[in-house]
Amino acid sequence: MLHVLKQIAKTGIKTEALPDPVREMVVTARLQQDILHTLGRALTIRHVDAGSCNGCELEIHALGNPYYNIEGAGIRFVASPRHADMLLVTGPVSKHMAIALKRTYDATPDPKLVVAVGDCGCTGGIFGESYASLGGVASVIPVDVAIPGCPPSPTTLLQGILAAVTAVAPRIEPSLARDSELAGTPTHGSATRAEIPATPMDHSKAQAELPLTPVDPASQLPLESRRDDSM
Amino acid sequence: MNVSSLGIATAPLSSPIPAQRCPVSSGQLLTACRLAWEQGGQLIALWASDDRDRERGFCVRVLLRDDDGLTLLEHTLPDEGARYPDLSLIFPVANRMQRSAFDLIGVHCDADDQRPWTWAAAWPIDQFPLRRDFEASPKWEPGEEDYPFVKVAGDGVHEIPVGPVHAGIIEPGHFRFQVVGEKVLRLEERLGYVHKGIEKRFEALGIAEAHRLAGRISGDSTVAYAWAYAQAVEQIASLAAPPRAVWLRALCLERERVANHLGDLGYLGNDGGFAFGLAQFSRLKEEVLRLNREAFGHRLLMDVVIPGGVAHDLDDAAATTMRAQCIELKREVRVLRDIYDEHAGLQDRFRTCGQVTHELALKLALTGFAGRASGVAQDLRCDFHSPPYDSLAVRKASHSDGDVAARVAVRFDEIRESLRLIDAILEGMPEGDIASPLPDLPAYALALGYVEGWRGPVLIALESGPRNSVRRCHPHDPSWQNWPLLEHAVIGNIVPDFPLINKSFNLSYSGHDL
Repeated sequence: MLHVLKQIAKTGIKTEALPDPVREMVVTARLQQDILHTLGRALTIRHVDAGSCNGCELEIHALGNPYYNIEGAGIRFVASPRHADMLLVTGPVSKHMAIALKRTYDATPDPKLVVAVGDCGCTGGIFGESYASLGGVASVIPVDVAIPGCPPSPTTLLQGILAAVTAVAPRIEPSLARDSELAGTPTHGSATRAEIPATPMDHSKAQAELPLTPVDPASQLPLESRRDDSM
Repeated sequence: MNVSSLGIATAPLSSPIPAQRCPVSSGQLLTACRLAWEQGGQLIALWASDDRDRERGFCVRVLLRDDDGLTLLEHTLPDEGARYPDLSLIFPVANRMQRSAFDLIGVHCDADDQRPWTWAAAWPIDQFPLRRDFEASPKWEPGEEDYPFVKVAGDGVHEIPVGPVHAGIIEPGHFRFQVVGEKVLRLEERLGYVHKGIEKRFEALGIAEAHRLAGRISGDSTVAYAWAYAQAVEQIASLAAPPRAVWLRALCLERERVANHLGDLGYLGNDGGFAFGLAQFSRLKEEVLRLNREAFGHRLLMDVVIPGGVAHDLDDAAATTMRAQCIELKREVRVLRDIYDEHAGLQDRFRTCGQVTHELALKLALTGFAGRASGVAQDLRCDFHSPPYDSLAVRKASHSDGDVAARVAVRFDEIRESLRLIDAILEGMPEGDIASPLPDLPAYALALGYVEGWRGPVLIALESGPRNSVRRCHPHDPSWQNWPLLEHAVIGNIVPDFPLINKSFNLSYSGHDL
């Protein structure tokens, strides 16, 4: 026990300040401000892997580590969609997962948010659409926020998750939406939105454009005030 | 393996370790497999190709491994009505591969078990995606299958279905438990949910660009897969990557191993009720990933390994930081290992939990670090001498208990060894180019790539097509070998220990389902 306490004391607090939300990731704002306000106090997320390579999952895991400390911001991953405010869905949606994804969506109580994660969740990514893959998450369920990257870094994920609960953007009409394209395999579904910026070739650029928050020990705020800042 | 006594002709096969290929008849396929089994060999992979466009029917390929290297048995089926013998009677691990080969390409195996494996109603069951004349129809809606799980009958026996959407942040798959009280009588896995058509997708890509897809077969093993793919391309091109590139690949592979083991050790602590472990190990893993990004531009090292070499060089400053990080990590991991070892509650959960005996491990071909925890002392880095590992004298981790505690111990040992290797690689890193340009590749050439990833040996079997295209690419994840062992490891344990046992293996769904 002494070793454990010693290690905890020696490690200290590693948690960094939360990044600002990136509104460009919002593809549609379906929720009223007052609901967002309610959800924003204590957001619960149900993660669904709808066919990913597991790369995005590794980075979603990282959100829980002491550096990003997502629970410190009042955001928690839950074990059931029935407990969730938000579905965090990685893709591409394999045909074998389509029914499970739809059922998970239906099991999530309204109001709910859907965040598509990664280039594959946004557009189908390098896997595209095929006999076995339906492409992006929006081809199966409505998507509110799309986070590009292969995989998106934890900071990018936080920016997108926070954008979903803080940003209010005008709804984009399906008629204005432009299908994003990947190597000749256009994604389908009216919920596909124009803002999805990533193609599979520029994931490194996407990472570069969304740099990690610089580590500045002086800016590490106590957890309590961080909660207030972020929400 | 010496097959000359069976009257089988052999030809050399391009591969990073010694390998031969042999055309075999149906009878020879069986006798060669029996001989391999008797001599302690293992079946590594079984897959098929559609060669009807070249007047060769379908080719069923069976890859065997023994101490001499690899033997590829190639059996031709003249048409879709022909059958090949059931190899799962010799190598039980062949069962799911045979079923998957039927689902994808329609080659019939003479086996009792004709249940689908990779197919789960995404496409009509009489259509075979990897045939060259396959055309997907937009009219096909994903359907639901009624999979015939084996049921256990008896007083008080009940069934627990789990998945495909799991409670944690993990990949999807279905587990069907038959339990009495808390005790697991039987576990049956149903995988295939993340089948997204990777093998078919390869065939639409150029051979020089498909390394990006190879690096996304299983995101946690991106370096291993990209390296195996690069090896296969380079074998076909008769090209050797520059020495510096090979050393940088090994550096990335060892960093991938360290990162994954650190992450899993954290979750193993957490699943044992010790959240401190998760906080500490996930912090260390994050520090490894951040330095990856600083040094190579990507946290998980995706797209660093390319055919011909590597895409990023390592500068001196990053190398210096990396060596300092090795020293720091070694110290931290030693402290945490002592804490884990001395934690009575954790040890109580780990010991004798999810045990795979040495005998069972050998029979069912348990591989990778999980194999090494059950006394199956195989490691490509030590068993076959290829650069740069031939000059690094890799120490093989080995334990015999085969329980969660042994898999934890092997992971600790392998982190320590990989940190030593990273330091040695940085010390001995040769100067020079980091990539050689790829020449045009010959068509219809077959080559293998084979790399000891963190989970186990990762295989790429690549066949080139005309104009630098991919004719057929079959990736094989060590999870194919280890998933059936998980079913055995759980028997007799209690349901709440399943997450712990599962995490101690941490098998790939995506790498298996393709």
